[in-house]
Amino acid sequence: MLLELKDVHVHYGKVEALKGISITVDEGEIVTLIGANGAGKTTTLKTISGVRPVTSGSVTFRGDNITSLPGHRRVERGLSQAPEGRGIFPGMTVVENLEMGAYARRGSQRKEVPADFERVYQLFPRLAERRSQMGGTLSGGEQQMLAIGRALMARPQVLLLDEPSMGLAPKLVSQIFQIIREISAQGTTILLVEQNAVQALSLAHRAYVLESGLVVRSADAHSLLDDESVRAAYLGGAVGSGGSGGSGGSGGS
Amino acid sequence: MHNLIREFWPSTVDGLTLGSIYALIALGYTLVYGVLRLINFAHSEVFMVGTLGSLFMLHAIGVNSPQTGFALVGVLLLMLLAAMAVSGITAVLLERIAYRPLRRRGAGRLAALISAIGASFFLQEVVALRYGRDLIAFPRVMKKVTLFKIGAGDVRNDKLIVFVAAIVLMFVLERFVNGTRLGRGIRATAQDAETAVLMGVNIDRVVVATFVLGGLMAGVAAMLYGLRFENTQYIAGFVPGIKAFTAAVLGGIGNLRGALLGGLLLGLVESYGASFFGSQWLDVVAFAVLVIVLMFRPTGLLGEALSRARA
Repeated sequence: MLLELKDVHVHYGKVEALKGISITVDEGEIVTLIGANGAGKTTTLKTISGVRPVTSGSVTFRGDNITSLPGHRRVERGLSQAPEGRGIFPGMTVVENLEMGAYARRGSQRKEVPADFERVYQLFPRLAERRSQMGGTLSGGEQQMLAIGRALMARPQVLLLDEPSMGLAPKLVSQIFQIIREISAQGTTILLVEQNAVQALSLAHRAYVLESGLVVRSADAHSLLDDESVRAAYLGGAVGSGGSGGSGGSGGS
Repeated sequence: MHNLIREFWPSTVDGLTLGSIYALIALGYTLVYGVLRLINFAHSEVFMVGTLGSLFMLHAIGVNSPQTGFALVGVLLLMLLAAMAVSGITAVLLERIAYRPLRRRGAGRLAALISAIGASFFLQEVVALRYGRDLIAFPRVMKKVTLFKIGAGDVRNDKLIVFVAAIVLMFVLERFVNGTRLGRGIRATAQDAETAVLMGVNIDRVVVATFVLGGLMAGVAAMLYGLRFENTQYIAGFVPGIKAFTAAVLGGIGNLRGALLGGLLLGLVESYGASFFGSQWLDVVAFAVLVIVLMFRPTGLLGEALSRARA
Protein backbone atom coordinates (compact mmCIF):
# COMPACT_ATOMS: atom_id res chain seq x y z
CA MET A 1 0.00 0.00 0.00
CA LEU A 2 1.41 3.35 -1.02
CA LEU A 3 -0.75 5.80 0.91
CA GLU A 4 -3.11 5.16 3.78
CA LEU A 5 -5.30 7.40 5.92
CA LYS A 6 -6.61 5.71 9.05
CA ASP A 7 -9.51 7.21 10.96
CA VAL A 8 -8.40 10.79 10.27
CA HIS A 9 -10.18 13.57 12.13
CA VAL A 10 -9.55 17.21 11.23
CA HIS A 11 -11.01 20.31 12.84
CA TYR A 12 -11.32 23.89 11.69
CA GLY A 13 -11.64 25.59 15.03
CA LYS A 14 -14.47 23.71 16.66
CA VAL A 15 -16.00 22.48 13.44
CA GLU A 16 -15.10 18.92 12.62
CA ALA A 17 -14.40 18.80 8.89
CA LEU A 18 -13.24 15.20 8.72
CA LYS A 19 -14.93 12.76 11.07
CA GLY A 20 -12.78 9.70 10.74
CA ILE A 21 -11.74 9.19 7.14
CA SER A 22 -9.99 5.99 6.10
CA ILE A 23 -8.62 5.73 2.59
CA THR A 24 -5.99 3.65 0.84
CA VAL A 25 -4.21 4.20 -2.44
CA ASP A 26 -2.17 1.45 -4.07
CA GLU A 27 0.70 1.83 -6.45
CA GLY A 28 -0.34 2.59 -10.01
CA GLU A 29 -3.96 3.29 -9.18
CA ILE A 30 -6.17 6.21 -9.99
CA VAL A 31 -8.39 6.72 -6.95
CA THR A 32 -11.04 9.37 -6.86
CA LEU A 33 -12.86 11.11 -4.03
CA ILE A 34 -16.28 12.36 -5.04
CA GLY A 35 -18.97 14.10 -3.11
CA ALA A 36 -20.78 17.37 -2.73
CA ASN A 37 -19.36 20.71 -1.76
CA GLY A 38 -18.20 20.71 1.83
CA ALA A 39 -17.99 16.93 2.05
CA GLY A 40 -14.33 17.15 3.04
CA LYS A 41 -12.64 16.25 -0.22
CA THR A 42 -10.30 19.23 -0.33
CA THR A 43 -9.60 18.98 3.40
CA THR A 44 -8.58 15.36 2.86
CA LEU A 45 -6.04 16.35 0.21
CA LYS A 46 -4.73 19.21 2.35
CA THR A 47 -4.34 16.82 5.23
CA ILE A 48 -2.37 14.39 3.07
CA SER A 49 -0.12 17.26 1.94
CA GLY A 50 0.35 18.37 5.54
CA VAL A 51 -1.09 21.85 5.31
CA ARG A 52 -3.93 20.91 7.70
CA PRO A 53 -3.03 19.33 11.02
CA VAL A 54 -4.92 16.21 12.07
CA THR A 55 -6.70 16.03 15.39
CA SER A 56 -6.39 12.26 15.48
CA GLY A 57 -5.77 9.36 13.16
CA SER A 58 -2.74 8.64 11.00
CA VAL A 59 -1.36 9.21 7.54
CA THR A 60 1.05 6.56 6.27
CA PHE A 61 3.07 6.94 3.09
CA ARG A 62 5.36 4.23 1.71
CA GLY A 63 5.27 2.54 5.08
CA ASP A 64 6.30 5.62 7.07
CA ASN A 65 3.99 7.37 9.45
CA ILE A 66 4.02 10.96 8.16
CA THR A 67 1.16 12.25 10.31
CA SER A 68 3.29 14.87 11.99
CA LEU A 69 5.78 15.47 9.18
CA PRO A 70 5.69 19.15 8.12
CA GLY A 71 4.08 19.79 4.75
CA HIS A 72 7.22 20.96 3.01
CA ARG A 73 9.01 17.71 3.87
CA ARG A 74 6.26 15.59 2.33
CA VAL A 75 7.09 16.88 -1.13
CA GLU A 76 10.59 15.40 -0.84
CA ARG A 77 9.01 12.07 0.13
CA GLY A 78 7.03 11.99 -3.12
CA LEU A 79 3.66 13.63 -2.50
CA SER A 80 2.79 16.59 -4.65
CA GLN A 81 -0.44 18.42 -5.27
CA ALA A 82 -2.16 20.60 -7.82
CA PRO A 83 -4.37 22.43 -5.35
CA GLU A 84 -7.93 23.62 -5.58
CA GLY A 85 -8.09 26.95 -7.39
CA ARG A 86 -4.76 25.99 -9.04
CA GLY A 87 -2.53 28.06 -6.76
CA ILE A 88 -0.53 29.53 -9.61
CA PHE A 89 2.05 32.08 -8.48
CA PRO A 90 0.69 35.09 -10.37
CA GLY A 91 3.89 37.13 -10.37
CA MET A 92 6.05 34.30 -11.68
CA THR A 93 6.42 33.20 -15.27
CA VAL A 94 5.37 29.75 -16.46
CA VAL A 95 8.99 28.62 -16.28
CA GLU A 96 9.38 29.99 -12.75
CA ASN A 97 6.16 28.30 -11.66
CA LEU A 98 7.41 24.99 -13.05
CA GLU A 99 10.76 25.56 -11.38
CA MET A 100 8.91 25.99 -8.08
CA GLY A 101 7.47 22.53 -8.64
CA ALA A 102 11.02 21.19 -8.53
CA TYR A 103 11.87 23.21 -5.42
CA ALA A 104 12.12 20.15 -3.20
CA ARG A 105 14.59 18.42 -5.50
CA ARG A 106 18.15 19.01 -4.50
CA GLY A 107 21.63 17.73 -5.21
CA SER A 108 21.77 14.79 -7.60
CA GLN A 109 18.00 14.93 -8.15
CA ARG A 110 18.47 18.23 -9.98
CA LYS A 111 20.15 16.50 -12.89
CA GLU A 112 16.86 15.31 -14.32
CA VAL A 113 15.02 18.59 -13.92
CA PRO A 114 15.65 19.74 -17.51
CA ALA A 115 14.29 16.42 -18.80
CA ASP A 116 11.20 16.89 -16.67
CA PHE A 117 10.65 20.33 -18.12
CA GLU A 118 10.62 18.66 -21.53
CA ARG A 119 8.22 16.01 -20.31
CA VAL A 120 5.81 18.67 -19.02
CA TYR A 121 6.10 20.63 -22.27
CA GLN A 122 5.30 17.44 -24.17
CA LEU A 123 2.20 16.81 -22.08
CA PHE A 124 1.18 20.46 -22.33
CA PRO A 125 2.54 22.02 -25.53
CA ARG A 126 0.55 25.12 -24.63
CA LEU A 127 2.83 25.75 -21.66
CA ALA A 128 5.87 25.66 -23.89
CA GLU A 129 4.35 28.43 -25.98
CA ARG A 130 3.63 30.48 -22.88
CA ARG A 131 6.97 29.88 -21.16
CA SER A 132 7.78 33.47 -20.30
CA GLN A 133 4.25 34.66 -19.65
CA MET A 134 3.26 35.60 -16.09
CA GLY A 135 1.17 32.96 -14.33
CA GLY A 136 -1.47 35.52 -13.40
CA THR A 137 -2.18 36.33 -17.04
CA LEU A 138 -2.89 32.76 -18.19
CA SER A 139 -6.38 31.52 -18.99
CA GLY A 140 -8.11 29.15 -16.59
CA GLY A 141 -7.29 26.11 -18.67
CA GLU A 142 -3.67 27.11 -19.03
CA GLN A 143 -3.43 27.69 -15.29
CA GLN A 144 -4.78 24.21 -14.67
CA MET A 145 -2.23 22.72 -17.06
CA LEU A 146 0.45 24.69 -15.27
CA ALA A 147 -0.75 23.50 -11.87
CA ILE A 148 -0.60 19.86 -12.97
CA GLY A 149 2.70 20.33 -14.78
CA ARG A 150 4.17 22.03 -11.76
CA ALA A 151 3.09 19.19 -9.49
CA LEU A 152 4.75 16.74 -11.88
CA MET A 153 8.04 18.66 -11.61
CA ALA A 154 8.37 17.22 -8.11
CA ARG A 155 8.49 13.71 -9.61
CA PRO A 156 5.77 12.54 -7.27
CA GLN A 157 4.98 8.93 -6.38
CA VAL A 158 1.44 10.07 -5.70
CA LEU A 159 -0.03 13.03 -7.54
CA LEU A 160 -2.88 14.74 -5.71
CA LEU A 161 -5.28 16.60 -7.99
CA ASP A 162 -7.94 18.85 -6.51
CA GLU A 163 -10.80 19.61 -8.89
CA PRO A 164 -8.80 19.88 -12.10
CA SER A 165 -12.04 20.38 -14.06
CA MET A 166 -13.26 23.32 -12.02
CA GLY A 167 -14.43 26.25 -14.10
CA LEU A 168 -13.28 24.78 -17.40
CA ALA A 169 -15.21 24.39 -20.63
CA PRO A 170 -16.29 20.77 -21.37
CA LYS A 171 -13.82 20.43 -24.21
CA LEU A 172 -10.95 21.45 -21.96
CA VAL A 173 -12.20 19.13 -19.23
CA SER A 174 -11.96 16.07 -21.45
CA GLN A 175 -8.54 17.24 -22.62
CA ILE A 176 -7.34 17.53 -19.01
CA PHE A 177 -8.76 14.11 -18.14
CA GLN A 178 -7.05 12.63 -21.17
CA ILE A 179 -3.76 14.00 -19.90
CA ILE A 180 -4.40 12.65 -16.41
CA ARG A 181 -4.88 9.21 -17.98
CA GLU A 182 -1.58 9.67 -19.79
CA ILE A 183 0.24 10.66 -16.60
CA SER A 184 -1.15 7.56 -14.95
CA ALA A 185 -0.04 5.41 -17.87
CA GLN A 186 3.47 6.81 -17.45
CA GLY A 187 3.49 5.29 -13.96
CA THR A 188 2.35 7.97 -11.52
CA THR A 189 -0.23 7.04 -8.91
CA ILE A 190 -3.08 9.53 -8.77
CA LEU A 191 -5.55 10.60 -6.11
CA LEU A 192 -8.18 12.75 -7.76
CA VAL A 193 -10.78 14.92 -6.06
CA GLU A 194 -13.69 15.83 -8.31
CA GLN A 195 -17.18 17.25 -8.36
CA ASN A 196 -17.48 16.13 -11.93
CA ALA A 197 -18.29 12.60 -10.81
CA VAL A 198 -19.05 11.05 -14.21
CA GLN A 199 -15.69 12.03 -15.65
CA ALA A 200 -13.87 11.06 -12.48
CA LEU A 201 -15.54 7.66 -12.18
CA SER A 202 -14.95 6.76 -15.81
CA LEU A 203 -11.27 7.56 -15.36
CA ALA A 204 -10.57 6.05 -11.95
CA HIS A 205 -10.06 2.47 -10.81
CA ARG A 206 -11.60 2.95 -7.39
CA ALA A 207 -13.67 5.63 -5.74
CA TYR A 208 -14.69 6.88 -2.33
CA VAL A 209 -17.88 8.83 -1.82
CA LEU A 210 -17.58 11.48 0.87
CA GLU A 211 -20.46 13.06 2.71
CA SER A 212 -20.09 15.61 5.50
CA GLY A 213 -16.68 14.45 6.55
CA LEU A 214 -17.29 10.72 6.28
CA VAL A 215 -16.67 8.04 3.70
CA VAL A 216 -20.12 6.70 2.90
CA ARG A 217 -19.21 4.41 0.00
CA SER A 218 -16.05 2.87 -1.28
CA ALA A 219 -16.14 0.74 -4.37
CA ASP A 220 -14.95 0.04 -7.84
CA ALA A 221 -15.33 3.18 -9.91
CA HIS A 222 -17.31 1.42 -12.61
CA SER A 223 -19.76 -0.16 -10.24
CA LEU A 224 -20.46 3.27 -8.75
CA LEU A 225 -21.11 4.63 -12.23
CA ASP A 226 -23.89 2.07 -12.56
CA ASP A 227 -25.17 2.42 -9.02
CA GLU A 228 -28.64 3.90 -8.78
CA SER A 229 -28.29 5.72 -5.46
CA VAL A 230 -24.96 7.25 -6.46
CA ARG A 231 -26.35 8.26 -9.81
CA ALA A 232 -29.23 9.99 -8.11
CA ALA A 233 -27.02 11.82 -5.65
CA TYR A 234 -23.99 12.80 -7.68
CA LEU A 235 -24.40 12.07 -11.33
CA GLY A 236 -27.87 13.25 -12.12
CA GLY A 237 -27.77 17.00 -11.70
CA ALA A 238 -25.39 19.62 -12.93
CA VAL A 239 -21.87 19.76 -11.58
CA GLY A 240 -21.86 21.25 -8.12
CA SER A 241 -25.51 20.69 -7.41
CA GLY A 242 -25.99 19.73 -3.81
CA GLY A 243 -25.78 16.03 -3.12
CA SER A 244 -26.73 16.23 0.51
CA GLY A 245 -29.79 14.10 -0.07
CA GLY A 246 -27.65 11.21 -1.28
CA SER A 247 -28.53 8.16 0.72
CA GLY A 248 -25.93 5.64 -0.32
CA GLY A 249 -26.07 4.23 3.18
CA SER A 250 -25.11 0.77 2.10
CA GLY A 251 -21.49 -0.13 1.67
CA GLY A 252 -19.13 1.41 4.16
CA SER A 253 -15.76 2.87 4.78
CA MET B 1 9.51 79.84 -6.12
CA HIS B 2 12.96 81.06 -7.03
CA ASN B 3 14.10 79.52 -3.80
CA LEU B 4 13.27 76.15 -5.25
CA ILE B 5 15.01 76.97 -8.52
CA ARG B 6 18.15 78.11 -6.75
CA GLU B 7 18.00 75.12 -4.43
CA PHE B 8 16.98 72.59 -7.03
CA TRP B 9 20.26 70.76 -7.49
CA PRO B 10 21.39 70.89 -3.86
CA SER B 11 17.92 69.64 -2.89
CA THR B 12 18.17 66.85 -5.41
CA VAL B 13 21.49 65.69 -4.00
CA ASP B 14 20.24 65.82 -0.42
CA GLY B 15 16.93 64.23 -1.33
CA LEU B 16 18.59 61.29 -3.04
CA THR B 17 20.94 60.79 -0.11
CA LEU B 18 18.17 60.77 2.45
CA GLY B 19 15.94 58.77 0.13
CA SER B 20 18.63 56.10 -0.21
CA ILE B 21 18.59 55.58 3.55
CA TYR B 22 14.79 55.44 3.54
CA ALA B 23 14.89 52.94 0.70
CA LEU B 24 17.28 50.59 2.51
CA ILE B 25 15.12 50.61 5.62
CA ALA B 26 11.97 50.29 3.51
CA LEU B 27 13.26 47.02 2.06
CA GLY B 28 12.96 45.45 5.50
CA TYR B 29 9.37 46.55 5.94
CA THR B 30 8.46 45.39 2.48
CA LEU B 31 10.17 41.99 2.72
CA VAL B 32 8.52 41.10 6.01
CA TYR B 33 5.17 42.46 4.92
CA GLY B 34 5.34 40.52 1.67
CA VAL B 35 5.80 37.23 3.46
CA LEU B 36 3.86 37.65 6.73
CA ARG B 37 1.48 40.53 5.92
CA LEU B 38 2.87 42.05 9.09
CA ILE B 39 4.09 45.60 9.60
CA ASN B 40 7.20 45.03 11.66
CA PHE B 41 7.05 48.26 13.62
CA ALA B 42 10.16 47.33 15.55
CA HIS B 43 12.13 47.56 12.31
CA SER B 44 12.98 51.19 13.10
CA GLU B 45 14.78 49.91 16.21
CA VAL B 46 16.58 47.28 14.16
CA PHE B 47 17.98 50.26 12.28
CA MET B 48 18.71 52.23 15.46
CA VAL B 49 20.74 49.47 17.12
CA GLY B 50 22.70 49.23 13.88
CA THR B 51 23.86 52.82 14.26
CA LEU B 52 25.10 51.94 17.73
CA GLY B 53 26.82 48.88 16.31
CA SER B 54 28.86 50.94 13.90
CA LEU B 55 29.58 53.58 16.55
CA PHE B 56 30.87 51.00 19.02
CA MET B 57 33.00 49.48 16.32
CA LEU B 58 34.67 52.89 15.94
CA HIS B 59 35.23 53.01 19.69
CA ALA B 60 36.55 49.46 19.70
CA ILE B 61 39.12 50.09 17.00
CA GLY B 62 39.96 53.48 18.50
CA VAL B 63 39.21 55.63 15.49
CA ASN B 64 38.47 59.24 16.40
CA SER B 65 39.94 61.22 13.57
CA PRO B 66 39.42 61.31 9.80
CA GLN B 67 41.14 58.52 7.93
CA THR B 68 42.31 58.30 4.35
CA GLY B 69 43.14 55.66 1.76
CA PHE B 70 43.10 52.02 2.75
CA ALA B 71 42.68 52.83 6.42
CA LEU B 72 39.46 54.65 5.57
CA VAL B 73 38.17 51.78 3.47
CA GLY B 74 38.96 49.37 6.28
CA VAL B 75 37.22 51.54 8.87
CA LEU B 76 34.12 51.92 6.70
CA LEU B 77 33.95 48.17 6.09
CA LEU B 78 34.28 47.43 9.80
CA MET B 79 31.52 49.93 10.59
CA LEU B 80 29.38 48.27 7.95
CA LEU B 81 30.01 44.76 9.24
CA ALA B 82 29.26 45.77 12.81
CA ALA B 83 26.03 47.53 11.90
CA MET B 84 24.88 44.65 9.70
CA ALA B 85 25.69 42.09 12.36
CA VAL B 86 23.94 43.95 15.16
CA SER B 87 20.86 44.78 13.06
CA GLY B 88 20.69 41.32 11.52
CA ILE B 89 20.93 39.55 14.88
CA THR B 90 18.38 41.90 16.43
CA ALA B 91 15.95 41.24 13.58
CA VAL B 92 16.28 37.48 14.00
CA LEU B 93 15.83 37.68 17.78
CA LEU B 94 12.78 39.84 17.24
CA GLU B 95 11.24 37.21 15.01
CA ARG B 96 12.06 34.43 17.46
CA ILE B 97 10.87 36.20 20.59
CA ALA B 98 8.17 38.63 19.53
CA TYR B 99 6.53 37.06 16.47
CA ARG B 100 7.12 33.35 16.09
CA PRO B 101 5.46 32.30 19.36
CA LEU B 102 2.34 34.21 18.31
CA ARG B 103 2.40 32.75 14.82
CA ARG B 104 2.76 29.22 16.22
CA ARG B 105 -0.35 29.68 18.31
CA GLY B 106 -2.28 31.02 15.38
CA ALA B 107 -2.64 34.54 16.78
CA GLY B 108 -4.03 37.15 14.43
CA ARG B 109 -2.08 39.87 12.73
CA LEU B 110 -3.30 42.44 15.20
CA ALA B 111 -1.65 40.56 18.05
CA ALA B 112 1.61 40.50 16.10
CA LEU B 113 1.29 44.22 15.44
CA ILE B 114 0.91 44.95 19.14
CA SER B 115 3.85 42.70 19.86
CA ALA B 116 5.83 44.71 17.30
CA ILE B 117 4.99 47.99 18.99
CA GLY B 118 5.92 46.52 22.36
CA ALA B 119 9.23 45.25 21.01
CA SER B 120 9.88 48.68 19.55
CA PHE B 121 9.43 50.44 22.92
CA PHE B 122 11.43 47.74 24.65
CA LEU B 123 14.44 48.22 22.40
CA GLN B 124 14.25 52.01 22.64
CA GLU B 125 14.10 51.95 26.41
CA VAL B 126 16.88 49.41 26.80
CA VAL B 127 19.14 51.66 24.75
CA ALA B 128 17.96 54.78 26.60
CA LEU B 129 18.62 53.21 29.98
CA ARG B 130 22.02 51.95 28.98
CA TYR B 131 23.30 54.89 26.91
CA GLY B 132 21.11 57.80 27.96
CA ARG B 133 18.58 59.84 26.09
CA ASP B 134 20.92 62.44 24.60
CA LEU B 135 22.34 62.51 21.13
CA ILE B 136 25.47 60.43 20.89
CA ALA B 137 28.04 61.87 18.50
CA PHE B 138 30.03 59.82 16.04
CA PRO B 139 33.67 60.69 15.56
CA ARG B 140 34.36 62.00 12.07
CA VAL B 141 35.95 59.11 10.19
CA MET B 142 36.23 60.79 6.84
CA LYS B 143 36.99 64.26 5.63
CA LYS B 144 33.93 65.41 3.75
CA VAL B 145 34.90 66.91 0.44
CA THR B 146 32.99 67.93 -2.65
CA LEU B 147 33.83 65.55 -5.45
CA PHE B 148 31.97 67.28 -8.24
CA LYS B 149 28.98 69.49 -8.92
CA ILE B 150 25.65 68.80 -10.55
CA GLY B 151 24.28 72.21 -11.45
CA ALA B 152 24.63 74.16 -8.23
CA GLY B 153 24.59 71.00 -6.13
CA ASP B 154 27.76 69.85 -4.42
CA VAL B 155 28.13 66.10 -4.55
CA ARG B 156 30.06 65.28 -1.41
CA ASN B 157 31.92 62.02 -0.94
CA ASP B 158 29.76 60.80 1.97
CA LYS B 159 26.54 61.52 0.10
CA LEU B 160 27.79 59.74 -2.98
CA ILE B 161 28.74 56.69 -0.91
CA VAL B 162 25.24 56.58 0.57
CA PHE B 163 23.55 56.74 -2.82
CA VAL B 164 25.84 54.26 -4.56
CA ALA B 165 25.62 51.81 -1.66
CA ALA B 166 21.82 51.85 -1.75
CA ILE B 167 21.70 51.21 -5.49
CA VAL B 168 24.29 48.43 -5.33
CA LEU B 169 22.52 46.70 -2.44
CA MET B 170 19.20 46.93 -4.17
CA PHE B 171 20.77 45.20 -7.15
CA VAL B 172 22.31 42.50 -4.95
CA LEU B 173 19.03 41.90 -3.14
CA GLU B 174 17.13 41.58 -6.40
CA ARG B 175 19.66 39.10 -7.65
CA PHE B 176 19.29 37.13 -4.45
CA VAL B 177 15.52 37.08 -4.52
CA ASN B 178 15.28 36.17 -8.19
CA GLY B 179 18.35 34.03 -8.59
CA THR B 180 18.62 31.78 -5.56
CA ARG B 181 16.53 28.89 -4.29
CA LEU B 182 15.78 30.61 -1.00
CA GLY B 183 14.93 33.80 -2.86
CA ARG B 184 12.43 31.93 -5.01
CA GLY B 185 10.99 30.47 -1.83
CA ILE B 186 10.54 33.99 -0.49
CA ARG B 187 8.76 35.12 -3.65
CA ALA B 188 6.53 32.06 -3.69
CA THR B 189 5.59 32.49 -0.04
CA ALA B 190 4.77 36.15 -0.60
CA GLN B 191 2.50 35.26 -3.49
CA ASP B 192 0.74 32.23 -2.01
CA ALA B 193 2.02 30.80 1.25
CA GLU B 194 -0.03 27.61 1.30
CA THR B 195 0.88 26.67 -2.24
CA ALA B 196 4.52 27.43 -1.41
CA VAL B 197 4.36 24.71 1.25
CA LEU B 198 2.92 22.34 -1.34
CA MET B 199 6.05 23.03 -3.42
CA GLY B 200 8.27 22.08 -0.49
CA VAL B 201 9.10 25.55 0.79
CA ASN B 202 9.96 25.67 4.48
CA ILE B 203 7.99 28.72 5.57
CA ASP B 204 9.83 29.11 8.86
CA ARG B 205 13.12 29.32 7.02
CA VAL B 206 11.68 31.82 4.57
CA VAL B 207 10.43 33.98 7.43
CA VAL B 208 13.82 33.97 9.13
CA ALA B 209 15.47 34.78 5.81
CA THR B 210 13.28 37.83 5.29
CA PHE B 211 14.06 39.10 8.77
CA VAL B 212 17.78 38.52 8.20
CA LEU B 213 17.73 40.27 4.83
CA GLY B 214 15.68 43.16 6.18
CA GLY B 215 17.99 43.42 9.18
CA LEU B 216 21.12 43.43 7.02
CA MET B 217 19.70 46.19 4.83
CA ALA B 218 18.73 48.20 7.91
CA GLY B 219 22.29 47.69 9.15
CA VAL B 220 23.68 49.13 5.95
CA ALA B 221 21.29 52.06 6.26
CA ALA B 222 22.41 52.54 9.87
CA MET B 223 26.09 52.68 8.97
CA LEU B 224 25.38 55.14 6.15
CA TYR B 225 23.26 57.22 8.48
CA GLY B 226 26.13 57.38 10.96
CA LEU B 227 28.52 58.37 8.23
CA ARG B 228 26.21 61.05 6.88
CA PHE B 229 24.69 62.54 10.05
CA GLU B 230 27.38 61.60 12.59
CA ASN B 231 25.07 61.09 15.52
CA THR B 232 22.54 58.67 16.91
CA GLN B 233 20.12 58.37 19.81
CA TYR B 234 17.81 55.84 21.42
CA ILE B 235 15.01 57.30 19.32
CA ALA B 236 17.06 57.78 16.13
CA GLY B 237 15.09 55.03 14.42
CA PHE B 238 11.69 56.56 14.89
CA VAL B 239 11.55 59.20 12.17
CA PRO B 240 13.58 57.31 9.56
CA GLY B 241 11.50 54.24 10.36
CA ILE B 242 8.19 56.01 9.85
CA LYS B 243 9.51 57.60 6.67
CA ALA B 244 10.80 54.30 5.37
CA PHE B 245 7.47 52.66 6.09
CA THR B 246 5.82 55.51 4.21
CA ALA B 247 8.25 54.96 1.36
CA ALA B 248 7.41 51.26 1.27
CA VAL B 249 3.70 52.04 1.05
CA LEU B 250 4.30 54.77 -1.50
CA GLY B 251 6.22 52.39 -3.75
CA GLY B 252 3.78 49.53 -3.17
CA ILE B 253 4.41 47.48 -0.07
CA GLY B 254 5.62 43.99 -0.80
CA ASN B 255 7.50 45.17 -3.86
CA LEU B 256 11.30 45.49 -3.65
CA ARG B 257 11.72 47.96 -6.48
CA GLY B 258 8.77 49.85 -5.05
CA ALA B 259 10.74 50.29 -1.82
CA LEU B 260 13.67 51.80 -3.70
CA LEU B 261 11.46 54.01 -5.83
CA GLY B 262 9.33 55.06 -2.86
CA GLY B 263 12.39 55.84 -0.75
CA LEU B 264 14.12 57.95 -3.36
CA LEU B 265 10.89 59.70 -4.26
CA LEU B 266 10.04 60.47 -0.67
CA GLY B 267 13.55 61.82 -0.06
CA LEU B 268 13.27 64.07 -3.09
CA VAL B 269 9.77 65.29 -2.28
CA GLU B 270 10.81 66.12 1.27
CA SER B 271 13.87 67.88 0.12
CA TYR B 272 12.10 69.93 -2.56
CA GLY B 273 9.22 70.62 -0.20
CA ALA B 274 11.60 71.89 2.44
CA SER B 275 13.30 74.33 0.09
CA PHE B 276 9.99 75.49 -1.36
CA PHE B 277 7.89 75.86 1.80
CA GLY B 278 10.63 75.98 4.41
CA SER B 279 12.10 73.04 6.29
CA GLN B 280 9.43 73.05 9.01
CA TRP B 281 6.98 71.88 6.31
CA LEU B 282 9.08 68.88 5.37
CA ASP B 283 6.93 66.23 7.06
CA VAL B 284 3.68 67.87 5.97
CA VAL B 285 4.77 67.75 2.36
CA ALA B 286 5.96 64.16 2.63
CA PHE B 287 2.72 62.83 4.03
CA ALA B 288 0.54 64.99 1.80
CA VAL B 289 2.25 63.36 -1.17
CA LEU B 290 1.65 59.93 0.34
CA VAL B 291 -2.06 60.61 0.77
CA ILE B 292 -2.41 61.98 -2.75
CA VAL B 293 -0.58 59.05 -4.33
CA LEU B 294 -2.65 56.54 -2.39
CA MET B 295 -5.87 58.24 -3.43
CA PHE B 296 -5.02 57.62 -7.05
CA ARG B 297 -3.05 54.41 -6.64
CA PRO B 298 -4.22 52.66 -3.48
CA THR B 299 -1.70 49.86 -3.95
CA GLY B 300 1.22 52.28 -4.25
CA LEU B 301 3.23 53.11 -7.33
CA LEU B 302 4.38 49.58 -8.15
CA GLY B 303 1.92 47.71 -5.97
CA GLU B 304 -0.15 46.05 -8.65
CA ALA B 305 1.53 42.68 -8.53
CA LEU B 306 0.80 42.38 -4.84
CA SER B 307 -2.91 43.08 -5.09
CA ARG B 308 -3.10 40.45 -7.78
CA ALA B 309 -1.12 38.07 -5.65
CA ARG B 310 -3.53 38.45 -2.79
CA ALA B 311 -6.66 38.10 -4.88
